[in-house]
Amino acid sequence: MVDMTVRIGALTLKNPVMPGSGTMGEGLARVMDLGRLGAIVTKTITPEPREGCPPPRMVEYKDGSLMAIGIPCKGPDHYVDEILPQYRAYPTPVVCSVSAPTVDAFGRLAAKLSVAGVAAIEANISCPNLEQDGRAFGMDAEASARVVRRLKESTDRPVWAKLTPNVTDIAAVARAVAAAGADAVTCANGMLGMAVDVENFQPALGNVTGGMTGPCTRPVILRMAWQVARAVKIPVIGSGGVACARDALEYLMVGCAAVQVGTINFVHPTAMLGVIDGIEAFCRRKGIGAVRALTGAMRPRQDFREDQAA
Amino acid sequence: MSTALSSAAAGADRADGFPLAEAVCPVIAHEWVNDAYKHLVIEAGHGAARARPGQFFHLLCPVIGENAPFFRRPMSLYRIDAARGRLEFLYKVVGRGTTTLATLVPGDALNVFGPLGRGFDFAGRARHIVQVARGVGLATLAPVAEAAARCGIRTTAILSARSRAHLMSVASLRAAGADVLTVTDEEGTSEVGAVERLVRRAIAERGGDFLVTCGSNRLLQMLQRVGRELGVAGEVALEQHMGCGNGMCFACVREFRTAQGGVAYRRVCWEGPVFDLQEAVSW
Repeated sequence: MVDMTVRIGALTLKNPVMPGSGTMGEGLARVMDLGRLGAIVTKTITPEPREGCPPPRMVEYKDGSLMAIGIPCKGPDHYVDEILPQYRAYPTPVVCSVSAPTVDAFGRLAAKLSVAGVAAIEANISCPNLEQDGRAFGMDAEASARVVRRLKESTDRPVWAKLTPNVTDIAAVARAVAAAGADAVTCANGMLGMAVDVENFQPALGNVTGGMTGPCTRPVILRMAWQVARAVKIPVIGSGGVACARDALEYLMVGCAAVQVGTINFVHPTAMLGVIDGIEAFCRRKGIGAVRALTGAMRPRQDFREDQAA
Repeated sequence: MSTALSSAAAGADRADGFPLAEAVCPVIAHEWVNDAYKHLVIEAGHGAARARPGQFFHLLCPVIGENAPFFRRPMSLYRIDAARGRLEFLYKVVGRGTTTLATLVPGDALNVFGPLGRGFDFAGRARHIVQVARGVGLATLAPVAEAAARCGIRTTAILSARSRAHLMSVASLRAAGADVLTVTDEEGTSEVGAVERLVRRAIAERGGDFLVTCGSNRLLQMLQRVGRELGVAGEVALEQHMGCGNGMCFACVREFRTAQGGVAYRRVCWEGPVFDLQEAVSW
């Protein structure tokens, strides 16, 4: 019997697997038991309703995708009245992802969404702000810290900061949000990219730029998760290209306490169950009694040393 | 793609009581019906028992060399054979996904997810359906007549295609009891005005009181106009490139008219793929 529970600050999760924000919805409950997940992370809520980006919204690659969805959202009241009740039937904690155009708006939104049934707030400071040339709070350590400080003042729920990979020094941003009081960091969101429809001499995406996600991004985001885990003491949640248990184990071993599974949910709707079962099977095979022992379990390689040569 | 395959193996066949399932299904038959379309038959008991006309399945197309479709491909149902637990698809081989799909042979396994989306809703709303199909619509509308007949609804099917070889569902529609009218580019009978005359006659002389269409923007515009003018309701099945097919990724939106007179995006996979005829914004 493997103890699969992990702690993210004050929150205890039954296992370390949850969806990335924006990659699950009510449709998933028609395919699998959401009660098996470590947490339910809902699609980002913004203060005002949004229609999102004009189509086309997606470009496909061999092992990933470029998407510019633009956070379509029906606003916080709709979330509280219509979306949250759908998850009430499950014992699984709900993490509410929020985004806003200003620090003030972040604070007001978090306060409004700190209702029964919301266990934590994840600040989407990283989703490229598609109307401002891809710039986002998360690209600036001080701006990221300001958002987190305001959220901590506005809600009694744990605050997770979801970092953007579109920075030169992600560890610096992680340190800033940790110092500002974040209870955890999620590493990371999509990588900014673009594509051209050469037949028609035009951008392939309606929004021109989008976020690259999926398995092909994993080596890059994994490296960032490793850097972040070494930089902060708060829990790190790895999020980038996890498609199977082996991928999740990589994130845990470089120092993550939990993982988010994202784009692969669009291809294999029950992928998260495979990740949970696979992590448990790995622990059994390795004689590991508790999954949290895997966090940071990567050891230095035993390299050949010149002075040991015979 | 080893990661995708391993998670597919882990996740497949977890039907256990859920209305939707990812399932690995044997290919029963897979033949070319003309120079562009293939007819695929799979064994899919769980899906066949639940699927309704207008719904779709999300197919995981195989990876072949440089052709590696990452996302699934949505495919409307051509025939639902609940008695034998089989699903049939009729599709045009056009892009990366359908090219690799076309290589499957009987005995191969195909990973499918579904049934997905909102199908046609004619029961209790129609006595005589007039369906107008072209291109992919010939496949999507094919199961409507059979399902309509079971509700005591008659069907007049107007089928449009490039040539007679591309009119694929004539026999199955007639077998389902539909009156079938065909028009082709080759014979010069398929221009919109000519189809409009057939539609108006079906309404005026045969008692047509519900319009369904799929596959042509110009025919959609014509039917919206005729429907508005004569006060005849209807539905349209739309296509769009999809990510998840299950309402989660919001990649497959199209524009629709709202009750307030504006325009809003809706997900083809979730609010559709069948929509109210008048709410669809033509393209």
